[in-house]
Amino acid sequence: MIGVTRKTARALLSRGVNATAGSTRTHMHFKFQPDDAPAELGATEKTNMCNAIKSAIDIQLARDESTIIFGEDVKFGGVFRCTDGLMDKYGSDRVFNTPLCEQGIAGFGIGAAVAGACTIAEIQFADYIFPAFDQIVNEAAKYRYRSGNEFDCGKLTIRSPCSAVGHGAHYHSQSPEAYFAHTPGLKVCVPRSPIQAKGLLLSAFEDDNPCIVFEPKILYRAAEEQVPVGHYKIPLGKADILREGTDMTMLSWGTQVHVAREVAGIVEEELGISIEVIDLVSIAPWDRETVCNSVSKTGRCIITHEAPITCGFGAELQATITSDCFFDLEAPPARVCGLDTPFPHVHEPFYMPTKWKLIQAVKATMDA
Amino acid sequence: MLRRVLSAPLRSLNRFASSASFDFNPVLLHDIAPADGPPSSGTVTSEEAIKYYTQMQTIRRMELKADQLYKQKVIRGFCHLYDGQEACCVGMENAIEGTDDVITSYRAHGWTYVRGIPVKEVLAELFGRDLGCARGRGGSMHMYADGFYGGNGIVGAQVPLGAGLAWNQKYTNNGGISISIYGDGAASQGQIFEAYNLSKLWKLPAIFVCENNQYGMGTSVDRHSASTEFYKRAGYIPGILVDGMDVVAVREATKWAKKFVLENGPLLIELKTYRYHGHSMSDPGTSYRTRDEVQSMKKTLDPITGFRKRCIDAGLLTADQVKSIDKEVKKLIEAETGEALSSPEPSMDGIAHNIVKGGFSKKKSIFSLNGVIASLSFSSHLERKKRHSPNRYRPRSLSKSDLATLTAHMSTTSTCKRASRASSGVTSYLLNQQKICESQFPSTHLRNP
Repeated sequence: MIGVTRKTARALLSRGVNATAGSTRTHMHFKFQPDDAPAELGATEKTNMCNAIKSAIDIQLARDESTIIFGEDVKFGGVFRCTDGLMDKYGSDRVFNTPLCEQGIAGFGIGAAVAGACTIAEIQFADYIFPAFDQIVNEAAKYRYRSGNEFDCGKLTIRSPCSAVGHGAHYHSQSPEAYFAHTPGLKVCVPRSPIQAKGLLLSAFEDDNPCIVFEPKILYRAAEEQVPVGHYKIPLGKADILREGTDMTMLSWGTQVHVAREVAGIVEEELGISIEVIDLVSIAPWDRETVCNSVSKTGRCIITHEAPITCGFGAELQATITSDCFFDLEAPPARVCGLDTPFPHVHEPFYMPTKWKLIQAVKATMDA
Repeated sequence: MLRRVLSAPLRSLNRFASSASFDFNPVLLHDIAPADGPPSSGTVTSEEAIKYYTQMQTIRRMELKADQLYKQKVIRGFCHLYDGQEACCVGMENAIEGTDDVITSYRAHGWTYVRGIPVKEVLAELFGRDLGCARGRGGSMHMYADGFYGGNGIVGAQVPLGAGLAWNQKYTNNGGISISIYGDGAASQGQIFEAYNLSKLWKLPAIFVCENNQYGMGTSVDRHSASTEFYKRAGYIPGILVDGMDVVAVREATKWAKKFVLENGPLLIELKTYRYHGHSMSDPGTSYRTRDEVQSMKKTLDPITGFRKRCIDAGLLTADQVKSIDKEVKKLIEAETGEALSSPEPSMDGIAHNIVKGGFSKKKSIFSLNGVIASLSFSSHLERKKRHSPNRYRPRSLSKSDLATLTAHMSTTSTCKRASRASSGVTSYLLNQQKICESQFPSTHLRNP
């Protein structure tokens, strides 16, 4: 159940080597599109998302002595190598393994954070976060509120690999951001790229609220960018307009952003439709202003995410857009999401909100 | 002495014994008086010897076949192999009835087989084919059979379920028990302790089995557990530690345990065993232990070779018999693999099967509406108002050639056969959906502007 991707196995065999290229994926439903780092962030280095995350954790461990990071297999480097070498650098009292107990990991993390340590808890796969759900929702999210600001666990950050990976099936592919967005008191974000991952993590570490960062695991090696080497933050709660457009707004996050970008390219070329692509970045709190301004401008909206459609976070977006932008809408806002099934094993290609489904939805929305 | 020397080689040529008694390592006890503990020897008949040997060898060959096919990418996803641990499931199965319930973790192939699923259905499930025991939907970690509740992906989640199964056994009062199996890594899960408390409090006929293969994925027992005496971990529940590499020891312990739990409530059995493969097929299994360790376990403690040797020495089996069993098993695996490979993949609309009994209402069929095309819900909206601004783009419908271009675009980026099969499935699906759209509101589609 706690599986390790083939690439990671290769990395396990060649420890310390930047396992980026070498093994080819057989089929990916998206094509990663890199961005440029803002010039003011200084020198950059070609890094994949896994190493960008490692860099963020490294920087945090260096600048704040109270920082600790723990989780299953974190000490030897983690099953995705995101903590590789950190134990040697900072010692095993700051980078350590936990036994197999997610509820314990979350609870222990909350305790350490309340006491004042900058706590980074790793849940090995987002699918395993459910034993910890009670701790996160009932303890972490409500700490400041119920103690009248006497105590808080703002120093807690939970990071967890999520989303489809091609062969993950039921328990290595889920995208549970919606469950946590429904809980006031938490901050949830999903990076789409290495630059985003590093910046969002560094923001989350310093944020005064418990944050959950869901990292799309398929991007760990597939996504490579020129990432700034130093410390920088990407603000939580701010959406990114990746591509300007006039006919329609397409709203997404995580891996699906790259599918949306590809679709925007295809329909521009083949059908002449101009789509404004927005990466929501932050699920809770989400950037209502940017999104509603965009939809008011274009008049049409498609929201797309990997999680199942019913009560996926797209539902919240669709409801708010409909109520806030009603008179500017040319067509009902649409959602193209995963189907309402448990994440399938063999049927994964049909479950996913692929670019073909998106193109069909674009066409249908334009037709309306 | 001469007679012993003369008779020894003869014994290995001709089967003399119809049954023999095997001693095994003493069982360690927790909270059980030594006089009340399980026996330290067991009798095996020659029929049983053949049966146990065949079962273990079949599992071994099946797992090695799965390993081979995984490397050929016929099996994808996660695959956790059971080779090295065969004595655990074979020993236990031969001590219980079909009416007893078993539930285990994701390392489930061996148990699936002994609980009655033929090799071809196990393999077909690994391949994701229709012939599979879960019709290709579950894969390696979710295989089920009569009296076998899986196959569970989430570590430790199966143990409270097992307590529930035990409750049912007690309630129906047919003399049955439940066996809940988990690994040494799972022993740290909180819900297991909840299950212990429930079953002890309500005196359920539950056997909790910790298949301790020394490693929780890549972490050895002493690095992940404060107490490595897993059979004592439940405290107030009595426990025994059994040599999990000895099929007769496991069988005798389980027979005794079944009687014990029907009278006294839950019991914890720790089976000390070993797995030769890594945690899963993606784990080489040598970064946290040496190859020498694996090899030495194979040489000295292998359950199959150990059992074989003892049976031959005791005269229960001859070397020729063993050879012929090996051959038969090899043939069987090849034949079953072939049959599994020729089974078709589940149909596309199967994605929507078995989610909710009674299905969804017709209007909201998940496959046609949710998550794919919003336009089907536009129909009434469109009747009421159609807005076309002259400055807005007037789309033309995607013609078959458009779709073909777009599909070709997708196929050229995919190297996997399955993907291109999927893409042709998706193309025809999209075309079908487009037809539905067009039949619903033909007037809004402009063809070839």
